[in-house]
Amino acid sequence: MKRGLLIATSLITTVALVVALDTRLGVVPPLGRFLSPQHGFWQNAEAVKEQRSQVLQLTGLAKPVDVALDTNLVPHVFAANDADVYFAQGFLHAKYRLFQMDLQARLAAGRISEIVGPRALALDRQQRRIGMVYAAERSLQILERDSTIKAMFDAYTRGVNAYLESITQEDWPVEYKLLDITPESWTNLRSALTLKLMAKRLSSDNDQDIALTRALTTFPLRELDVLFPDVHDSLKPIVPQGTPFPPASVVPVAPATGGALPPSRPLSMAEIDPVDPNTGSNNWVVAGSRTQSGYPILCNDPHLELTLPSIWYQMQLATPTSSTYGVTLPGCPFVIIGFNDHVAWGVTNAQRDVKDYYSIRFKDASKQQYWYNGAWRATTRHIEQIMVRGQGATYDTVAYTAFGPVMYDASFGDTTVGREPLAVRWAGHDPSNEGRTFYMLNRARSHADYLQAISTFACPGQNFVFAAHTGDIAVWQQGRFPARWKGQGRVVMPGFDDSHAWQGFIPQRENPHAYNPARGYLHSANQRPADATYPYYASGGYITQRAAAIEDRLSVMHNVTPRDMMQMQNDVTNGTAVDVLPLLLRHVRRSRLRADAQRYLDIVSTWDRQASAASRGQTVFDRWMDSLQVALWADNMGQGPMALPWPSEQTTIEYLLRDTTMPYIDDVTTPERETLSDLVTTALQQAASSLRHDERGGRLAWGAWKNTSVYHLMKDAVPAFARTGLNIGGDRTMINAVGHSHGPSWRMVIHMQHPVEAYGIYPGGQSGNPGSPFYDNNVEAWARGRYNKLWLMKRSEISATPVRGIIRMEVVR
Amino acid sequence: MKMLLAIIVTAVGAVLTGMFLPWWSIAVVAAAVAVRIRQHPPKATLSGFLGIAIPWAIMAAGIDLANDSILSRRIAQTLPLDGSPVLLILVTACVGGLVGASAAWFGSTVVARNG
Repeated sequence: MKRGLLIATSLITTVALVVALDTRLGVVPPLGRFLSPQHGFWQNAEAVKEQRSQVLQLTGLAKPVDVALDTNLVPHVFAANDADVYFAQGFLHAKYRLFQMDLQARLAAGRISEIVGPRALALDRQQRRIGMVYAAERSLQILERDSTIKAMFDAYTRGVNAYLESITQEDWPVEYKLLDITPESWTNLRSALTLKLMAKRLSSDNDQDIALTRALTTFPLRELDVLFPDVHDSLKPIVPQGTPFPPASVVPVAPATGGALPPSRPLSMAEIDPVDPNTGSNNWVVAGSRTQSGYPILCNDPHLELTLPSIWYQMQLATPTSSTYGVTLPGCPFVIIGFNDHVAWGVTNAQRDVKDYYSIRFKDASKQQYWYNGAWRATTRHIEQIMVRGQGATYDTVAYTAFGPVMYDASFGDTTVGREPLAVRWAGHDPSNEGRTFYMLNRARSHADYLQAISTFACPGQNFVFAAHTGDIAVWQQGRFPARWKGQGRVVMPGFDDSHAWQGFIPQRENPHAYNPARGYLHSANQRPADATYPYYASGGYITQRAAAIEDRLSVMHNVTPRDMMQMQNDVTNGTAVDVLPLLLRHVRRSRLRADAQRYLDIVSTWDRQASAASRGQTVFDRWMDSLQVALWADNMGQGPMALPWPSEQTTIEYLLRDTTMPYIDDVTTPERETLSDLVTTALQQAASSLRHDERGGRLAWGAWKNTSVYHLMKDAVPAFARTGLNIGGDRTMINAVGHSHGPSWRMVIHMQHPVEAYGIYPGGQSGNPGSPFYDNNVEAWARGRYNKLWLMKRSEISATPVRGIIRMEVVR
Repeated sequence: MKMLLAIIVTAVGAVLTGMFLPWWSIAVVAAAVAVRIRQHPPKATLSGFLGIAIPWAIMAAGIDLANDSILSRRIAQTLPLDGSPVLLILVTACVGGLVGASAAWFGSTVVARNG
């Protein structure tokens, strides 16, 4: 009896122990499985001297593929045909970035709650409500009708899945083991979702419609034109000024009511995903007339959130007829930004407004009918099932109207009073085939090829800059942009009939563009594409400062070398300070400052306007400008999520430079009438107290204050997977736009001589595995402004010395 | 002597099955060894512990050495174990050892002559 009890006790203890150690408890991974050296995370610890050559037997290939991994672990893929090259790309993306691509596809589809539980529910609902899967499915339909492109996506998908089939649980990326989730097999839809995720990120930058609508209840439209100007004084547009534009061939007609109307009642809601003023990018190209060699040089640095693993993955993709090098987007075939022997191209975001909101009137809470063109019309209702970890399924109903999905309604919106149903009309919902553009750009040999390649690119609108060995340089703002009447889509529009709907699109040939300008250079940095002479209403969330800085530099440069271009990409001159600091220094009353503030004033007035890592003047200026803007706008616009939108820093500066007695200087909450001197002086005094605090903490130098950090995709869940405290200068308004965790996600300089001379770097490493020496090996060099030489390898060089290993993919039939 | 044999057989068996079976196969191995190599439950339990803890510690340490502790430092901050690879290797060994001990205890009670 006693023995039986003992057997039972020991058995139960053992089973319970095994079960407990095989179960995820809270955020603690299943410890037994996780720690097992043969199954868990230890399997992800790569030997530093790992032998990287392998021979693989794979199904889904037509011919064998050779992949040379160079010293930076960049794969140089040599395939016999197009499909095989993308099969190999899919395989390698999965091999090095599986968790990232899987996570991005789940994020796009609104499925993060499956992984992390209810705290991601709002995020998931937002993705569902803006119709991400709907958008991706529509684009996939178009893509799959294009047999060439479909074959490439099919091959890519086969490649990803071939990798998945080749591994077992212990090979899964460490994140799967931490989160206790399973990798999902790949589909073309998941590639389409990845592209839509990028499209959404890049078309939300300018989304101030809802905030501006709230502002309409306080400010007349005329005043909003001053606070949110269409064209900035300091604009240096993409299309060189003075270029004549032919008249618009599509002329949209404003509705009889005279344009945008505020909705029926004041809008008391805030965007769930407000504008991120950080997203932006630089690209420029210098013609042979200005370079030392006589060949063009093309540069690009797309600014995005900096993450580990990096958003980019470098590759060379070669077939007997084409060979392209550049950065690729894990989850999608093709090189996105890159070059071949003939041409180079780069992109920046167009910042055009391609997302509008329409006020919808539902018949009742069931959302089954809405008022449209004088009658009740049926909505299409999509029931979204969201699986929530630890809770089971939850459901959300999204009503689709003639405009698009009703994103905000009574059940969704960060509001306290009244929830107006708003439908979203987004260009990303229109079927498009962005893959074709990249497929063709990868193979382009001339300016004509480039034009043809980009002509069908729809969303997100991009500024494609171009250079060819032949000497051609060009830029084209490409996207499918609605032809708007002036003011259309700036604020929420009535959606009770089609009078405010989009009437058509700007013909592709009429998108802003330039080709071989006499001045010998072109650039784009998220600024307005053209000045006010452009015949279409080109609204957007533009950024002006960086383009002005780029133009200042390029316009005086001659005999340019790639080294000059690298220095320029790392330029930290604070152009904003150059413009506005003299004004601040003129108006500040030193005598009214306390001793500490006087000391900060001395620091900033002797500052060289360089936002270097060691600069204290930059920190003082930044904090001063910040409290000046609070002093100017907080009393008029309010603070917090329901605040009215604040004018941009650039608008504020230009306003002050134009008019030092502008009406907003007065603090409406005090009886006195403040002057600019009062404001500037108080602002510095205010900033001084926080600066003192920073100084005591050793954070007065700009690099320390900014604390540039590259976080892992899972952010706070794995701080140890991040690289923090990078001591570097720059900020979003400068050419070197490194912010706290945002900035140049790839820096590239391509010199179009023969053979092509190319340099590039991103803040990360080729491997997505935190257990690999290649996880973050380029972070330090990136932070120091260094570059790697990019090797457009010839097939004959495949066994050359700098190759670390060769992966041979053989065909199994 | 018997104990040393039990430890070695457990360790070799666990590593071999671990190549093909899930991590909890260590429990099956430890229990089976305790059944076949009879010892008093306290001795069997200790053998089970060491029979798993030792190979797990050796494997983890070997991997860690080859990896220059790149991953173990990050995991030891995440779990959190003060960022110490050594501590992480010890915890790894103890978790495996605990399962081995419990399973061996069970095995030994099945074949124990009395109590």
